[in-house]
Amino acid sequence: MPSLKSLRIRINSVKSTQKITSAMKMVAAAKLRRSQSQAEAARPYARRMGQMMSAIAAGAASNPNAPELLVGTGKDRTHLLVAVTADRGLAGAFNSNIGRAVRFKVRELQAQGKVVKILAVGRKGNDYFRREMNDLIVGHKNFVGKKTIEFADAEAIAENIVKMFREGQFDICTLVFNRFVSVMTQNVTESPLIPAATPTANDNAPAADYEVEPDDGTLLDRLLPRNLAVQIYSALLENSAGFYASQMTAMDNATRNAGEMIKKLSLNYNRARQANITSELIEIISGAEAV
Amino acid sequence: MPITLEIISPEKLLLSKQVDMVVIPGTEGDLGILPGHSKLITGLRGGLVDLYENGKITERFFVSGGFAEVTEEHCSVLADTITRQSELDPGKAAEALAAAQANYAATDMADANAYLEASDRLISAQAMVDSVSAKRADH
Repeated sequence: MPSLKSLRIRINSVKSTQKITSAMKMVAAAKLRRSQSQAEAARPYARRMGQMMSAIAAGAASNPNAPELLVGTGKDRTHLLVAVTADRGLAGAFNSNIGRAVRFKVRELQAQGKVVKILAVGRKGNDYFRREMNDLIVGHKNFVGKKTIEFADAEAIAENIVKMFREGQFDICTLVFNRFVSVMTQNVTESPLIPAATPTANDNAPAADYEVEPDDGTLLDRLLPRNLAVQIYSALLENSAGFYASQMTAMDNATRNAGEMIKKLSLNYNRARQANITSELIEIISGAEAV
Repeated sequence: MPITLEIISPEKLLLSKQVDMVVIPGTEGDLGILPGHSKLITGLRGGLVDLYENGKITERFFVSGGFAEVTEEHCSVLADTITRQSELDPGKAAEALAAAQANYAATDMADANAYLEASDRLISAQAMVDSVSAKRADH
């Protein structure tokens, strides 16, 4: 039986842990709201961009001179995985889900004899991959100390990817990130960046009758890198919303666990206290009887 | 019959408004968009987007480049950076121009992509400087 004093110390320490986790939960909830509204605000641009892309790309995909960013290099030897994770932890399995998905994909691709490279976006992912697949990492980027994600950040990543692509460093590029479904669920999602997803015949029905200036090819050359940046930007926003949601859930659980722990410890503490009192009473009574 | 103009930056929908006419700086020259315009997708160079109501310019926005999608009843301007013309900073514009010129001078002219990028940037910065003085001329 632990002593009363040690129980009291434990209860106090669990209580202060609980205070920290519940404060973190509040902070995460507030930040979640902010990043959700940021993601919401970014949607019109992405939607219009998508519409334009499919309107122009539908015609250009069959063109033999179509830009490589759209149709790919025709090879699939080298894969680049862009893994998006958060910069901080304490968010349950949020970061390790990405880590696991990427590791799985790397194994699968390597088994097929492909060369795999990883671009780690986010500090946690970088740490994770450094430990396991250091030789595969070709670059990393994090936003430690930044309050909000700006479009320029996504643009810089996209520029980097396009540059590597033009230098022939990879053939196929896939983005792996956590899609924010709800506060409780974030799904690991893989979406192809290069070659850009070619629209199928049925999802751009009213498209083709646009006039295009200056011309399809020139406009696509401008549109494609931009579209890449938009996709990365929305992945970054989803990632940040998902991170805060996941952190909020994790901290909520932690707070609840701490509460249960406190309850159990107080029960033990009270039992020990009562046992002490009882034994003291018995001593007094038996002492009185002996007189 | 007015036309719906939307000005959208990657971060947010900046403006959605009914206007009589809008003039946008297309890559091939300025375009006046009236209601009932044929469907069009165009690139934008750096320049001013002018909103016309009752025959007068009511608002001017500087865009640094981007795209526009036009249909019979609406016009969406997707721009990288959007600034109200009255909020343009002459100092910053001059700075951007100097940086773009330096960048242009340092660019390898044999690399088509790099050249295109550098010249776009220069045109956009020049347009920004011009836009600032355009405002002064108005006053």
